[in-house]
Amino acid sequence: MNSFQHAEQDIERFRRRILLSGAFVFLCFCLLFARFFYLQVMRHEYYATRAESNRISFAPVMPNRGSIVDRNGVVLARNYAAFTLEIVPSKTNGLEETIDGLSEIVEIQQKDRRRFKRLLEESKNFESIPIRTRLTDEEVARFAAQRYRFPGVEVKARLFRQYPEGALAAHAIGYISRINAKDKERIEADDQEANYKGTEHIGKIGLEAHYEYELHGTVGYEEVEVDAGGRAVRVLSQTPPTPGNNLTLTLDAGLQRVAEQAFGGRRGSLTAIDPNNGAVLALVSSPAFDPNLFVDGIRFDDWDELNNHPDKPLLNRAIYSTYPPGSTFKPLMALGALTTGKRTTYQAINDPGYFNFGNRRFMDDKVGGHGTVDMLKSIVVSCNTYYYVLANDMGIDNIARFMGDLGLGRRTEIDIPGEARGILPSPEWKRQRFKKREQQKWYPGETISVGIGQGYNAYSTLHMAHALANVLSYGRVFRPHLVSSITNPSSGEVRLVEPQPIRQVALKREHVDFIKRAMAGVVQSGTGARAFAGAAYTSGGKTGTAQVFSLKSGQKYVSGQLRERLRDHSWYVAFAPVEEPKIVVAVMVENGGFGAQSAAPIARQVFDYYLAGQPPSGPAAEDESGEDEGAEHDLVEEHAHEMD
Amino acid sequence: MKWIKAQWRETLAHLDLPLLLIVCVLSGIGLASIYSATASDGFWKLDRQIINMLGAAAVMLTVARTPPQTMMRYAVPLYVLGVVLLVAVALFGIVVNGSRRWISLIVVRIQPSEIMKVAMPMMLAWYFHKHESVLRARHYATAALLLAVPVVFILKQPDLGTSLLIIAAGFFVIFFAGLPWKVMFALAAALGAALPMVWTMLHDYQRRRVMTLLDPTSDPLGAGYHIIQSTIAIGSGGTLGKGWLNGTQTHLEFIPEKHTDFIFAVFSEEWGLLGNGVLLILFTLLVGRGLMISAAAPTMFSRLLAGAVTLTLFIYAFVNMGMVSGILPVVGVPLPFISYGGTALITLMLGVGILMSIHTHRMLVKK
Repeated sequence: MNSFQHAEQDIERFRRRILLSGAFVFLCFCLLFARFFYLQVMRHEYYATRAESNRISFAPVMPNRGSIVDRNGVVLARNYAAFTLEIVPSKTNGLEETIDGLSEIVEIQQKDRRRFKRLLEESKNFESIPIRTRLTDEEVARFAAQRYRFPGVEVKARLFRQYPEGALAAHAIGYISRINAKDKERIEADDQEANYKGTEHIGKIGLEAHYEYELHGTVGYEEVEVDAGGRAVRVLSQTPPTPGNNLTLTLDAGLQRVAEQAFGGRRGSLTAIDPNNGAVLALVSSPAFDPNLFVDGIRFDDWDELNNHPDKPLLNRAIYSTYPPGSTFKPLMALGALTTGKRTTYQAINDPGYFNFGNRRFMDDKVGGHGTVDMLKSIVVSCNTYYYVLANDMGIDNIARFMGDLGLGRRTEIDIPGEARGILPSPEWKRQRFKKREQQKWYPGETISVGIGQGYNAYSTLHMAHALANVLSYGRVFRPHLVSSITNPSSGEVRLVEPQPIRQVALKREHVDFIKRAMAGVVQSGTGARAFAGAAYTSGGKTGTAQVFSLKSGQKYVSGQLRERLRDHSWYVAFAPVEEPKIVVAVMVENGGFGAQSAAPIARQVFDYYLAGQPPSGPAAEDESGEDEGAEHDLVEEHAHEMD
Repeated sequence: MKWIKAQWRETLAHLDLPLLLIVCVLSGIGLASIYSATASDGFWKLDRQIINMLGAAAVMLTVARTPPQTMMRYAVPLYVLGVVLLVAVALFGIVVNGSRRWISLIVVRIQPSEIMKVAMPMMLAWYFHKHESVLRARHYATAALLLAVPVVFILKQPDLGTSLLIIAAGFFVIFFAGLPWKVMFALAAALGAALPMVWTMLHDYQRRRVMTLLDPTSDPLGAGYHIIQSTIAIGSGGTLGKGWLNGTQTHLEFIPEKHTDFIFAVFSEEWGLLGNGVLLILFTLLVGRGLMISAAAPTMFSRLLAGAVTLTLFIYAFVNMGMVSGILPVVGVPLPFISYGGTALITLMLGVGILMSIHTHRMLVKK
């Protein structure tokens, strides 16, 4: 058979298949026609009914949002039912007239009108928008009698979110508020549109946002027969909603309150963690705000005040604001030196009060120096010179690697959104951070300031508490978490958040125990001794001072002469009890002066409450008389705060 | 002036009147339906669609004048370009609505999977043409591989609708090239056996669509809503329809995507079974004419290409009407020449242009 015959055969087969395809197409179209015939002739009556007179619509039924309780069952977020007066703008005969008419029956204040106007701008015309919330029974009855006058206005029973403890732990819990365009995008991206039909509120920040899909529940729906006016005539079938899951927190509301009150309104933050499992016991950002303001749509003047207040109460300082850790960095540096084998605990230096590097002189805070200083003494007296030399010996890469392993300069993956990564300085970081070639270069002198927790270093209290907790647990790194269990209210099923270590840092037990001893020494005889005098438990700590701006060399730092905002930030990191640590705290008071002055007394009150059950008598007092330590104001530091 | 006249005559010479007529009537129906569907938001969509149509018509005329031999030269580069762009999308694509389908080329955003709809049948037709009359099992295997590579990328985006269209286009070429029946049956059997495995690989939303198809009432607020509302629209249209611009389902905003993928529901509600019958006849004529052109085509390349392009048009129409009337799952496939949208229109008109070119150049080849 030659190729020509082959080709002929191929064409024959091709034409057969074309014919077959034609038949197949015809058959498929016949099938479609049969379907159309079925729908449009045989079932026409049924569908015409559904489309025309008795249009059946599905009304979503909101699930009850899950509650949030602290570790002892104290309710931090719950729902309550109340009547609201709502308007569907497209159904009214003139919006202004309707509202004016309503104001004769129920009280409608100017603020209610303003809020309504704002909600109106954010919503579509056919959405139901509240004009008044929390109607009294009497108001409901008065409106019901006059209802015929107001098409498009209805009284609805709704569930409202309430935060019974007000501002307590506001930043951690967060709040819910009306869904906006950005939230809608998120819902769509997560393929949750169906479940959010009819949902008006969504978690905006904190746990309310992070656990949104746990708390929300599953929407139910009613199949209702509606008349031409869109009014429900009767319910045909009902699928009840599934309520959202309840959250039980690791947070201790009592401890949280003590910690918040200890700040006495000063700006700052505190993070308390259980080092044995990463449970967050308290997360304070001071000053705070009342999340209840946001639930019904915040009033303009409230928003204005919160948003423009110089103390920035809406900012979650505990996870977002980062500061140089100052001397609280030193115990970590010491541990790094032991772990990398750059130092033994016995090696000592002679501190003349300064460290010469190139043509620069890095000063110790104690004029004339601390004399012979070994590792223990370096932590207890917070000797800068020891760490200048150490940082130079370790090198920036070793420092960055070790601190990174401890969790600094990266997100801790805590279960609330908005966490800052902080800055763990390294040549690599500098290359990425700066665009200009000359700014990208790492100078050896920068390593030296990093060694005492200054320079580019910047961490939140969450970072510092997390890092210290990782040390105290001998290198087992737990993800800091605020939720200990999630309960399904229908089935009673409880999902525990298992505190599994997420990674292990290679630390030697004897090294960690040495650091614990040294930090205990700080409390017994060092910079923390005054704040912890007479405590009923043992504790370890380290004070720190983060400079807000650098003085020109030769100028002497005098905090009283500076405006309050230019005072140093005060740090204290601590743990207790020394033998079996149950709690780690990192405290930072903005412009609080040196570490022992403002931050340490706050930690004292927290420990007193948590370990000895002693409630404080008032906000932690500032200790003006203490000795300033670890502040490096005579440092030659030009770049320290040129950062954003 | 002379030159323009010559060009005009040349263009007219490469038009296929039956095809042109059918496409014009379908486009007219499309404009009328878009007018009805979008009347509430002004006429800018109608204007845009008219511009889209003019652009697509220009593409059609240009392609119709291009000899199939020239197209053959473009087959490989176009396919390679398509694959490269698909890889680029996988690496640097823009995510829209959770799918990574678009790539930004400085000024325009293009969807490379759209290129594949044309490049795939051209490439396979070219490949079989090259190996005409010496076809062995390995040639079919190679063709299957050429088909599989881009499809995998498009499935990953994920875009089930486009993947199915491209698989169909490629399969038609292989089928017309003479894939033995027993192999096809074996494949079908294997596919049936593999179905449970595919099920586990599908994305959640794709699974939900299949589940919703089996029982739309299981999710009346979500995915099932589309199908329930479009079925009501079709059914309530009755024999003669509610009349143009009188569809209540349409005008009360019950039908989602009513000017794009679900426009058939609008048409069906307003024109009834009668209108649907006319539409089916038009599509049957379109496919019939395409098959005739393919049967008369002189070369392997043009035969296979014409056949595949024609059946792809059929798949578009069948899948769209099938999904809107609730017998096929909801996949994003427009109704040819009726749905609003420029990209799809250009692809479709390009297909018609190819058919015209193959038909009007058939004699030239014999000479």
